[in-house]
Amino acid sequence: MTRPLRRVALVLFVLFGALFVNVNYLQVIRADDLANDNRNTRTLIKEYARQRGSMLVGRGNRQSEIARSVETGGRYKYERRYPDGPLYAHITGFYSIVYGRAGLEESGNRFLVGDAPEQFARTLGDFLSGREPHGDDLVLTVNPSAQEAARDGLGDRTGAVVAIEPSTGAVLAAYANPTYDPNRLSTFDRDEATTYWDRTDDERRNRALRETYPPGSTFKLVTAAAALSDGISADTTFPDPQSYTPPQTTRSIPNFGGGLCNGGSRLTLQRALEVSCNTVFARLGNEVGPEKLVAQAERFGLNARWDTQLPLVPSAIPSDLDPPAAAQSAIGQRDVRVTPLQMAMITAAIANDGVLLRPRVIDRIQDFDGRMVREYGPEPLTLAGAESGAAVSRAVAGDLQRMMVGVVEAGSGRSAAIPGVEVGGKTGTAQVGEGGNPTVWFTGFAPADNPQVAVAVVVPDGGDVGAEATGGAVAAPIAREVMEAVLE
Amino acid sequence: MSAAVAVDARRRSNTELGLLVLAVLVVLCAYTLVGLAQTEAIPAGVASYGGTLAVLALAAHLVSRRLVRGADPLILPLGFLLNGLGLVMVQRLDFAQDASRAPAQTVWSLVAVAVFIATLVVLRDHTVLDRYRYLIGIAALAFLLMPLLPLVGREVNGARIWLRFATLSFQPGEVAKLGLVAFFASYLAEKRALMTVATNRLGPFHVPPARAFGPILVVWGVSLSVLIFEKDLGLSLLVFGIFVLMLYIATGRPAYALAGVVLFAAGAFAAWQVFSHVAARVGTWLDPWAKYESDGFQVAQSLFAMGTGGIWGVGLGRGRPDLIPEVGTDFIFAAFGEELGLIGSTALLLCYFLLIGRGLHIAARARDDFGQLLAAGLTVLFGLQVFVILGGVTRLLPLTGLTLPFISYGGSSLVANYALLAILLRVSAAGGEGPAT
Repeated sequence: MTRPLRRVALVLFVLFGALFVNVNYLQVIRADDLANDNRNTRTLIKEYARQRGSMLVGRGNRQSEIARSVETGGRYKYERRYPDGPLYAHITGFYSIVYGRAGLEESGNRFLVGDAPEQFARTLGDFLSGREPHGDDLVLTVNPSAQEAARDGLGDRTGAVVAIEPSTGAVLAAYANPTYDPNRLSTFDRDEATTYWDRTDDERRNRALRETYPPGSTFKLVTAAAALSDGISADTTFPDPQSYTPPQTTRSIPNFGGGLCNGGSRLTLQRALEVSCNTVFARLGNEVGPEKLVAQAERFGLNARWDTQLPLVPSAIPSDLDPPAAAQSAIGQRDVRVTPLQMAMITAAIANDGVLLRPRVIDRIQDFDGRMVREYGPEPLTLAGAESGAAVSRAVAGDLQRMMVGVVEAGSGRSAAIPGVEVGGKTGTAQVGEGGNPTVWFTGFAPADNPQVAVAVVVPDGGDVGAEATGGAVAAPIAREVMEAVLE
Repeated sequence: MSAAVAVDARRRSNTELGLLVLAVLVVLCAYTLVGLAQTEAIPAGVASYGGTLAVLALAAHLVSRRLVRGADPLILPLGFLLNGLGLVMVQRLDFAQDASRAPAQTVWSLVAVAVFIATLVVLRDHTVLDRYRYLIGIAALAFLLMPLLPLVGREVNGARIWLRFATLSFQPGEVAKLGLVAFFASYLAEKRALMTVATNRLGPFHVPPARAFGPILVVWGVSLSVLIFEKDLGLSLLVFGIFVLMLYIATGRPAYALAGVVLFAAGAFAAWQVFSHVAARVGTWLDPWAKYESDGFQVAQSLFAMGTGGIWGVGLGRGRPDLIPEVGTDFIFAAFGEELGLIGSTALLLCYFLLIGRGLHIAARARDDFGQLLAAGLTVLFGLQVFVILGGVTRLLPLTGLTLPFISYGGSSLVANYALLAILLRVSAAGGEGPAT
């Protein structure tokens, strides 16, 4: 029996060898992935033992905490609270024992737990002396008045608002409706958290930063930028047919509502933007050509993933456009998709004399005693071969600014006008298939001579007026309220 | 017994004593560490705890010194070390879960060591088991199927493997396994000559007569009924696996092993098709992340624990093993993996590996067929059980609910495993008395 016994011993040896290899695989090779998995609440629980930093908005005596840790006296030492939960939810994210982290809670985590590289000496000191480590605070760029104006402006309508300070890239508002209450996901009451999670799938969709929409006529800004950079001027005139038929197709592109833009006589590029003339811009899409149109869009930030402080999704334009597709893309239809943040960045770059800045929502990191740990300044976002963030030249930006002022003064964007302030803007009304209500947009900036704010508003599915919705009627008034809130 | 042999036996006994002292010290260190991590003070009971352990170890040692002279000196200390570490972990989990299972487990340890001693005292010669083979076989079968009885049988977590009398619950399957091994060993020792003869031809192979495959079909049927009626995948797999391996050891005929593998595969496939709970286990095994919120949660938590432990572990008493459901029983290895890291999990694996190695060594040196098959069978039982549960916990295999011998919380398993050690020592003492190799 010795021989079979030896073989059985060999089998057991192999089985234990497999166990040993597997344990090494789990505890050495996969160890980091498993330990840092978002669903591994061990790391979270360890974090709950230290006082996490706060998130602050507003300046001076209007500064307030929008996320803070409070001592519970329970088994988990600190619970996360969001005093204005739903208002800032799409910025702060949540900090859940069941669902892990999201939003700034996730992307700013290393600072919130006090692990910034600048704090290495302090961390080491805390460790050696056994001091309770302390997280650092995030001071945000968000302007509470603008954020509230966005909320009030949207009201019950589904939609999103993003506002940016053109000269710095600071995000002043990022609000999406519907929203959710991060307090209810960040509670230690697991049942409450899971119940709430299960019925807030739609509310948790971040329409401001992580959802893309067809931009419609607001995309004519990009087409105009490409045309102006290609030697066409604001005064160049174009014919005014009832519809335009691109090469290689028989499907024609009509104007909005099917009429003429200028009574049938030639009109300037300036006027075409003011009245949002589809035939002129569809024609431009082919005259400038798809390569230049796509390159211009990419210099504004489309088709790219760039680092930011918040998790975003990229906006996109297909890069292989045939003439019919180029014509439709030039008026923001077909497969062009942008986030409200991207739209606000386009306007902000135009308002900032052509220079695109990296959007940022964290202004600085400060420690518990208010000492500065790290500061984020304006930083050009250089894309697609542009020079130091110049999405368009200063001259082209100037032309676009004047044309956008025309849109608000004498075109489709009149309802964004603010008395006593020169406002520039562009409306958009994107058709979404047969029978669907349009997705309406407004993007603009103010004041025109020294822009303090660039804003983008999207209301998908027409808001409360359904099929009759236009960017001018629905989105422009919301944008005006947000801009006013910033300028106050 | 010659003088040289007597000296050698004494030397072995002293080795056992030394290793037991070492085991007690390791367990006391672990106990102190848990206390320091949980209450930031050296636990007040450390002296009495150490005293209890020392008395237990000494009692077991003195009995083994007298009654199984010259037996393998590693078996008892390894079992005692694993038992002690299990006690520490059960107590450590009490802290985390606000439970109080450690006192019960301590009492069970006392009972188990008493059973160890009683087995050595009563069983002076392992061939006694050979003589009562049918009694043992029938008793084992009865124990195996007992949980199916009304009134006393209980279903816990989907498996009907419990007996409950008032507040006392027991898993008779744990004891039944030992009885089955003894019965198999006895049966095979007698029939092995008959079953080894290859009279039939199957293509180019010589195979034993079809009649000789009868017993394997019977055991297959029994293990399948365990699976079907008690819904205990692990026990079923174990019973069948032991039998096939023992049959192979007895006969040296790969045909039996092959037939066993084929039958097992067929049974497993059918179970996967027919029983939703088996299919769910397999699905969870293939992708625990897909069903993270439901079936996959437990295994996922176990993997998180292992990964968080990394190489060095987070420290005894400093992890969060309580996040794993059923951590005290099936998943206790993951708790060690988290707190003691790769170092600790490797150490545990080596302890088991060493025990299995010694068991097979005892089998190889046993002088009679029955003793050889008995020692081999018990060792295979032990080894397979460790492999199946650890494979499940680390997602090498689909999860089957088995206890981790000596470490998991639970009295039946602890008692049965101490009895297993006693029988191994008995066979060892009766075996070759040459110097340890």
